[in-house]
Amino acid sequence: MSDAAIIAPAMAAPRRRLRLPWPLLVGGAIVLALLITAALAQVIAPYPFDEMHIRDRLTGPSLRFLAGTDEYGRDVFSRLLIGSQLSLVLGVSATLVSLGIGVPLGLLAGYRRGVTDELIMRVLDVLLAFPPIMLVLLILAITPPSLMKTAIAIGVLSAPPIARVTRSVALDLMSQEFVEAARARGERLLYMLGRELLPNVWPVLIVEASLRVVFAILLGAVLSFLGFGVQPPEADWGLMISNGRAFVDEAPWISLAPGVAMALTVIGISLLGDGLRDLLDPKLRGRR
Amino acid sequence: MAIYVLRRLGAVLATLVVMSLLVFLSTHALPSNTAALILGQYSTPETRAALEHKLGLDLPLTVQYWRWASALLQGDLGASLVMERPVAPMLWDAFGRSALLAGCTMAVVSTVGVGMGIVAAVWRGRWPDHGISMFAYAGISVPEFYWGLVLILVFGSTFHLFPTSGAATLADGFGTMVAHLVLPVVTLTLTLLAHVSRLTRSSMLEVLDSMYVRVARARGFPERVVILRHALRNALLPAITILAQDFGFLIGGIVAVEAIFAYPGLGRLLIFSLERQDLPLMQAAILVLTAVYCLANLGADLLYGVANPRIRYAGAVE
Repeated sequence: MSDAAIIAPAMAAPRRRLRLPWPLLVGGAIVLALLITAALAQVIAPYPFDEMHIRDRLTGPSLRFLAGTDEYGRDVFSRLLIGSQLSLVLGVSATLVSLGIGVPLGLLAGYRRGVTDELIMRVLDVLLAFPPIMLVLLILAITPPSLMKTAIAIGVLSAPPIARVTRSVALDLMSQEFVEAARARGERLLYMLGRELLPNVWPVLIVEASLRVVFAILLGAVLSFLGFGVQPPEADWGLMISNGRAFVDEAPWISLAPGVAMALTVIGISLLGDGLRDLLDPKLRGRR
Repeated sequence: MAIYVLRRLGAVLATLVVMSLLVFLSTHALPSNTAALILGQYSTPETRAALEHKLGLDLPLTVQYWRWASALLQGDLGASLVMERPVAPMLWDAFGRSALLAGCTMAVVSTVGVGMGIVAAVWRGRWPDHGISMFAYAGISVPEFYWGLVLILVFGSTFHLFPTSGAATLADGFGTMVAHLVLPVVTLTLTLLAHVSRLTRSSMLEVLDSMYVRVARARGFPERVVILRHALRNALLPAITILAQDFGFLIGGIVAVEAIFAYPGLGRLLIFSLERQDLPLMQAAILVLTAVYCLANLGADLLYGVANPRIRYAGAVE
């Protein structure tokens, strides 16, 4: 089915850009700010994320509690900051897992072609044939949930699309002269994949990876929301939204604030990905 | 064509067999013990062993799988351990309600999404285009349950316009039934609109640049006719495929959206069974959702072929 998406006509908007694309600048700024926030979260946070202020339960945003407090009187703002670490760790590690599985398989399939290609792609097709959320739920339901397990499950799930993209680019590269030259020199398989193909696949992979980070963050939030991801009392954004549900009338900030933080994160990463795509290869635009 | 359909149906069957094996094996890896679940906390090892023997749980896994699968093929889905009721009727009720939700969402997404795509393409680079793409971006930048929460806050708690939980049947009156559907459908739609509208926009732009659209304009057809009759028809093909892909997102979305709106559908049944480790219910719910997903993918591929006769199916050509 995604083959048809590749056939789909590319977005026709060939505007010439002389300067850096604005999505790159805006997205880059947001992501940079996010990284700094996550790195310094413990320092910036006015309170420990699990400190309860029993007298100040469900109080609205004020100077003392910038984003209000939740049902235990915990500072929502501090929890937001710590939550950014969880979201980024989940997004990045899930993507690393999917790159680790998908890229070698895709390179191998594109390079070897024939039976190897057929075998790898059919196995991945089977993985794609299941509704995405089902496999993750199954894995998380039969074993005790943890952040790393969520990341690995989502990463495995995201490997087939990565492998497909890698393979299609590798197939394109195979007809190029530098690849033929390397083959004529009789280079070994690992050299061919790692030194000849991989460096030329990176530009496409960076864009795809940014999409995967977003996918992982959003799916991770859904899983925490359903109770199969990060467990309380961790300050996970999805979990915070879920906990705030019961108090949405009297204290909407508990749920609304993490959503805004998540939206900002997702938009920032998406813009960065879009900008990188424009910058690295204008021809790729609209391929997704 | 017939060969292609048969081959694809075979692939669907194979997927279901693999999924049934996966589900069966993973549920047997669960820490919970079926006999203990049935007998409750005051059971003794002896009574548990006796019940396990009676239920055939002490047989080898292969025999157990064979029994389970052949009962499944005869339509016997077993009984829920927690609710102590047969699974099948419960499952079909929930399936019907989820199908209603999914069907309404798909209808709204396809009409509104394609419409937004056309508007964005026709007014490319001007404010309707920018407005639509910002709207679409906003839709996909948070998970669907967050929009559900925002909608509950705005339309349920503040303005009391729509009910925020549960489902109603035709027996409660048509208006009540529709009112219960509005917020879940809008929530699901918000997260799916982006794909459809962006893809329709880009394929419309491509088509609007083409020779035959120029010819149609040169022949003096009104712009409305050119866009709706000449351009849109050809631009719709990619939208059909993306709608099919979105069906997977829809299933994932339905699980979360049913949870937040307390909508008694298949997704909620699945979460319930996972939380309580109700094995028969869990197995049945996962299998039904997988089957629906596979069949929807197949249906979309076939529809694509019908809509675009130029596509030759591998297998049909040989």
